[in-house]
Amino acid sequence: MPRLSGLQKDVLSLYRQCLRACRTKPIHSRAKFESFTRQEFEKTRKMDKKDFGAVEFMLRKGHRQLEVFAEKNVTSIAG
Amino acid sequence: MALRLASRRMLAPQVFRRSMATTIEHSKGEPISTAAEALSASRPPVPASKTSTVEESKPDPDAKMKTFQIYRWNPDNPTEKPKMQSYKLDLNKTGPMMLDALIRIKNEIDPTLTFRRSCREGICGSCAMNIDGVNTLACLCRIPTESSKDSRIYPLPHTYVVKDLVPDLTQFYKQYKSIKPYLQRDTPPPDGRENRQSKAERLKLDGLYECILCACCSTSCPSYWWNSEEYLGPAVLLQSYRWIADSRDERTLQRKDALNNSMSLYRCHTILNCSRTCPKGLNPALAIAEIKKSMAFT
Repeated sequence: MPRLSGLQKDVLSLYRQCLRACRTKPIHSRAKFESFTRQEFEKTRKMDKKDFGAVEFMLRKGHRQLEVFAEKNVTSIAG
Repeated sequence: MALRLASRRMLAPQVFRRSMATTIEHSKGEPISTAAEALSASRPPVPASKTSTVEESKPDPDAKMKTFQIYRWNPDNPTEKPKMQSYKLDLNKTGPMMLDALIRIKNEIDPTLTFRRSCREGICGSCAMNIDGVNTLACLCRIPTESSKDSRIYPLPHTYVVKDLVPDLTQFYKQYKSIKPYLQRDTPPPDGRENRQSKAERLKLDGLYECILCACCSTSCPSYWWNSEEYLGPAVLLQSYRWIADSRDERTLQRKDALNNSMSLYRCHTILNCSRTCPKGLNPALAIAEIKKSMAFT
C-alpha cells in the first residue's frame, strides 16, 4: 500500500466516520445509508488527487452532510 | 463613550470612511481581497481578461457603460477554478447602488449569478461583500460614477465560499452564539413588570445595538483571518460588550471571565480595519478597547 498524503487520510477518515454513523441507524435502513455513503464517495472518485482546493471543498461538504444525516431523528434515506 | 461613538458617526460620512480604508491599494498590485480569496478557495480566480464579457442586449448611443468584474464559482463543478466574470451595464438604466447593478445583472443578463440580498437599505446585512477592495454592504455602496474604471466584486475575504458571492458564515454565527447574546438575570425586576434602565444607562448602548452582524468588520481583520477558530473577531466582541455594558444584565463577571484568555479577546492588536470598514459607521475597535480596559481594572 502506497503512503497516503494527509488529505487522502482525511478522506478515508471521513469515509470511516460515515460508515460508523451508518451503524447507529436502525437495521432495516442501514443498507440504504451504506449504499448512499458509497454513492456519494464514488461520485467524485475520479477527482484529481492534486486538486487540493476541490478535494478540501468536497471534504467540508462531506462533513456537513454527515452532520445532517447523523442526527438521531434521521432514520431512513431514499436512493 | 456613547457620545464619542455618536459624534463619530455624524462627523465621518460614508465617502471619507471609504477612502480611508487601508485595504484598497490598487497601485500596489492586486487588492488584498484577491489574495484572500485565493486562500479561502485555495486558488486564485481566473482573471477577467481570460473570461468572456457579457453585455446588455441593445446599448444606447449615449449609454454610460461600466464594467463590473464579479467573482464566480460554482460548487456543482468543484474542479473548475473560480473566475472573474465581466458584465457591462448602462448606468443610465441602473439604480445608484451596487446592489441595483447586481440585481439588474441577475434579472437581465445572467440569472445564474448568486448573492444574498434582502432589505436593500442596509438593515439586514445580507449583501455584505468585498467591493473594490473594501468590505461593505452592496446596498449602501454607490456605484462610482467615473465609469472608466472596472468595479471588482468579491465575496467577503477569508470565508469559505458557498457559491459566487455567498460566504459561509457558520463559524461566525457559532461564535456569536458562544457569547450568549441575550439578557441573563437571576432576580425578577423589582416592580415585577419590566427591567428598567435610566437614560444614562441606555445611552451606553448607543453605537452598540445598531450592529447588524454583517461580518464586514470581522472578515476585514487580519488577526481574525489567521485565528478565526479561536479569536472572536470585532463583530462578536462588539456584541459581547453590548451585553457587558447593559445595566440590566447580571452576568457581567461571567461574561468577562469567558473572554479572559489569550485568544478570545487579546488577539485584537488594534489594527482598526474593523472601524474603517463598518458600513454602519460603528466603532468595534472602541468597544474592544472598552472591554480590555474594564478587564484591566477588575
